[in-house]
Amino acid sequence: MSTTVTERRGSTPPAATTPILEVKDLVVRYGRGRKAAAAPAAVDRVSFSIAPGETVGLVGESGSGKSTIGKAILGLQKVSGGSITYQGKDITSAGAAQRRALGGELRAVFQDPNSSLNPRNTISTSLAEPLRLRGVSAAEARTRAGDMLERVGLPREAVDRYPSQFSGGQRQRISVARALICDPQLVVCDEAVSALDLSTQAQVLNLLADLRDERGLSYLFIAHDIAVVQFLAQRVVVLYRGQVMESGPAAAVTENPKHPFTQALVAASPVPRPAEQAERREARESLGVRTGAAAVPGPGGCPFRLRCPLATELCATERPALRRVGASDVACHYA
Amino acid sequence: MIPTVAPAPADADQAGTTTPAGTPARNAGKAAITKFSRHRLFTSPGAVAGLIWLAAIVIASLTAPLWLPFKTEDQDFTAVLSGPTAAHWLGTDELGRDILSRIFAAAAGTLGTSMLTVIVGVGLGTVLAMLAAGAGTRTEAVISRVTEIMMSLPGTVIILAVIGAVGTNIPVVMAILGILMSAGIYRVILGQAKSLQSQLYVDAAKVDGVGPLRISLRHVLPGLANTIVVQAALIFAVGMLIQAGLAFIGFGPPIPQPSWGGMIQGASQHVYDAPWMMVPTGAVLALTVLSANAIGNALGKAPNAAAPHLPSAAARRQRAKAVAAIAAAAPKPEDQAAGDGASHSAAPEGTLSVRNLSVGVDSAGAGNGVRLVTDVSFEVQPGTVLGLVGESGCGKTMTALSLLGLLPSGVSVTGGQILWNGRNLAAVADRDMEAVRGREIALISQEPMRALDPMFTVGYQLTATIRRLRGMNRAEARKEAQSLLEKVGIVDAARILKTYPHQISGGMAQRVAIALALSGQPKLLVADEPTTALDVTVQAEILSLLRSLVKDTGMSVVMVTHDLGVVADICDQVAVMYAGQVVENGSTRAVLDHPRHPYTLALLAADPHANHADDMPERLATISGQVPQPKDWPSGCRFAARCQFAGSACLEPVPLLPSGTGEGLVRCVKADQLAVEGMDWLATDVPASRALQVTPRQNLRTLNTIVEKDPA
Repeated sequence: MSTTVTERRGSTPPAATTPILEVKDLVVRYGRGRKAAAAPAAVDRVSFSIAPGETVGLVGESGSGKSTIGKAILGLQKVSGGSITYQGKDITSAGAAQRRALGGELRAVFQDPNSSLNPRNTISTSLAEPLRLRGVSAAEARTRAGDMLERVGLPREAVDRYPSQFSGGQRQRISVARALICDPQLVVCDEAVSALDLSTQAQVLNLLADLRDERGLSYLFIAHDIAVVQFLAQRVVVLYRGQVMESGPAAAVTENPKHPFTQALVAASPVPRPAEQAERREARESLGVRTGAAAVPGPGGCPFRLRCPLATELCATERPALRRVGASDVACHYA
Repeated sequence: MIPTVAPAPADADQAGTTTPAGTPARNAGKAAITKFSRHRLFTSPGAVAGLIWLAAIVIASLTAPLWLPFKTEDQDFTAVLSGPTAAHWLGTDELGRDILSRIFAAAAGTLGTSMLTVIVGVGLGTVLAMLAAGAGTRTEAVISRVTEIMMSLPGTVIILAVIGAVGTNIPVVMAILGILMSAGIYRVILGQAKSLQSQLYVDAAKVDGVGPLRISLRHVLPGLANTIVVQAALIFAVGMLIQAGLAFIGFGPPIPQPSWGGMIQGASQHVYDAPWMMVPTGAVLALTVLSANAIGNALGKAPNAAAPHLPSAAARRQRAKAVAAIAAAAPKPEDQAAGDGASHSAAPEGTLSVRNLSVGVDSAGAGNGVRLVTDVSFEVQPGTVLGLVGESGCGKTMTALSLLGLLPSGVSVTGGQILWNGRNLAAVADRDMEAVRGREIALISQEPMRALDPMFTVGYQLTATIRRLRGMNRAEARKEAQSLLEKVGIVDAARILKTYPHQISGGMAQRVAIALALSGQPKLLVADEPTTALDVTVQAEILSLLRSLVKDTGMSVVMVTHDLGVVADICDQVAVMYAGQVVENGSTRAVLDHPRHPYTLALLAADPHANHADDMPERLATISGQVPQPKDWPSGCRFAARCQFAGSACLEPVPLLPSGTGEGLVRCVKADQLAVEGMDWLATDVPASRALQVTPRQNLRTLNTIVEKDPA
């Protein structure tokens, strides 16, 4: 951890290398049949890529499709269109066998520390499962489980305990240990810290950052909290109703958002400094973003148009394409 | 004829998965022991008796050839239809056959074939349920339709048809019975299997590439074990009864062979001349069925059945006693006004003043008098917002709920006063609190959907509440409901009134919940994490709404939150809570801009929202360890074990005192020193320069179960 902040979050992602993960025009629809086809897709032509060693943050409100994208990448959700490529291999609809071959490299940390570990298994059973699947001997798997527990800051003896004997933060560390035990390349973190208290959240965020720097991991970091994403990610993709609104370097997206939705999202995140927060509140109210409560847009056009202060006729008829504005790509006719 | 088996209550081990974070189970290895709920089995007297009886019957019937005094066909014509004698302990039947011998000779067959029904029925039902839960909606639909057809078949007719076809081949008949009963078992198990399949650890296993069969066997089946055992016990009893019934109507084993049903049938023909004959067989059958049911009931009983959601009569009595004790102990408000000077008698209408409030677990219960909130004091002036902030497990929700008299069962106010308009609410009986709740003090909770009944429209719930609290007629209440919804920023109020709660979004539901809370025109709103479950953009809208409500109506708000940004946004005053105590209070600006307690410092340093992108630190500050459990609170500073600045002085109890120039109070012996030196909470864990000087043993004990060793 000798690198400085700017070095670590290097504003230009390592170019020219093949991305570790490439998502192209991903479409996910829930349900089947004519009715489902007519409904707006949960994920609608989403594209992004993750370079080796890079952390990409996926931000959005509930219902924005961010978790669905994570599930599609992990093979937990059927894909309706587009492609997902992992290190040059198409894994869009990979079967169990291909997943097993991949399972060591592509891992996940989930939100709920209470249900991400089987309460009936000891920690060593849970940690060893992915290793045993790959033919590691029981004794070796147990040793590595102990090593990994120490790495995430828990005593080695904890292998023989059950999940219920740990606090939420400790369980989330065990989940991180489970994800990292077979030296993965890419870890999908789906709201990995949002169920945790502030101090515990900071512990897990630090741990994720340390492990990334140690092992050159890539993360797809899915969260609703833009400040948390900003801490960890070099690039941020902002989603609204299944579509990418804006994507770009973390600092640009969070400090100088271009899309009206990103602006609203950033402005709504409160800071713990009363005077500054009062200013932010005024700035937010002057944005003129309408409440999203009842705004369900019809198909076609920009999904944000019913809440957007800039919206015109054009926004109702034509879906804005992503175009480069400053350092970011923005899907807005008027950004 | 095929009885339906009642669904088993939620699996015991399942409950373990929802253990709130931060409450690690107390005993090591407990999970292993509860695996088959053995303790429940052995604490129920009925189940213990049942187990002993069943074990005795099984052993006796298996060893029957060794000890039976007579062969089943041996006829003793000197003692026909006799009662119990020295030669025939349980008497004889009409052919002089020994009843004891016949009962136990028949037992093996009866028990064995009933077991066959269990194996076929429960086995098939479980396999189908796991298949349906694991394979996706289409397979589930097919299997479910098939089982529905099976359930609609007339079981009796099918059994009789089978007997017609294969004769009285009992194993075959009982196996067919098992197949017929599997449909009901499938339905009981399916729901649970589906919920287990949707657990994140199953997702994690799928990501590993674990195949569906292995997932079913390793991650789903163990979770079903309890339900399966319960169902098996119940089906076993049903199978025995049906078998006896069949034998009774003549479809038992061929004639000379004994069967319980056949023996009862035989006895029924001599019910007038030899009534005793019915007793032994009937009793054995009844006891065996009862035993199986008792075991099933004991296994199926939820582990927390002893602590139902509503307070029991005993808990209510206990609480009433506590209230009475507090009422007796607390000085009368008038005396106090006289004693304390003019400040309280002059308190304006709508002032809340909490003094030295303590909340504890009732000493009669399992918690044994553990205190959850100790010595909490704060004041809320009309038209202001007070924030109660801290991590989970710090007692902020308990403090808030005590204001409304809504503490959970088994928890009550054990000391101090809650003065509302000069009246001590801690000493007010439950019934009188009903006049206060809703009308003077209202609650909005974290989960808006919990405030709304899914069975009724928003309009119905609002008008009913308005009519009850304000005594309006239907038309007036309807009008008021619409204006309330408009007041909480709902544009199309008329439409929303007609919707059901599930038809509206989370943000809209929270607005409705706020409207519901406002319907009694309360002067104080207790808001327990009202925006935690909402998106940030919706959170900002709800906070703006609350702010304008405070401004327009002059009501005051107690806002429970863990989010320092929310505090900065809406609160005028803030009380930071740690381990059941207020550790720092004051105006929001003073506390957040110039925090003096190390815990507040640490919380701010750990909050990524406190930083801009350009000054985002490489590592966030953390607080090592976790909030101690209430039973482990030390007598000294409760934060000392996790504090970067702790010293030997921190082992003594620390009072809440004014510090420096700030108008608030802080509970830290080093507050002044820290303020002078301008010390920050460091991002690195446990710095060597400021290492703990506290005796480690004493403090480490406060960290529950495992002391976290943070990577230094």
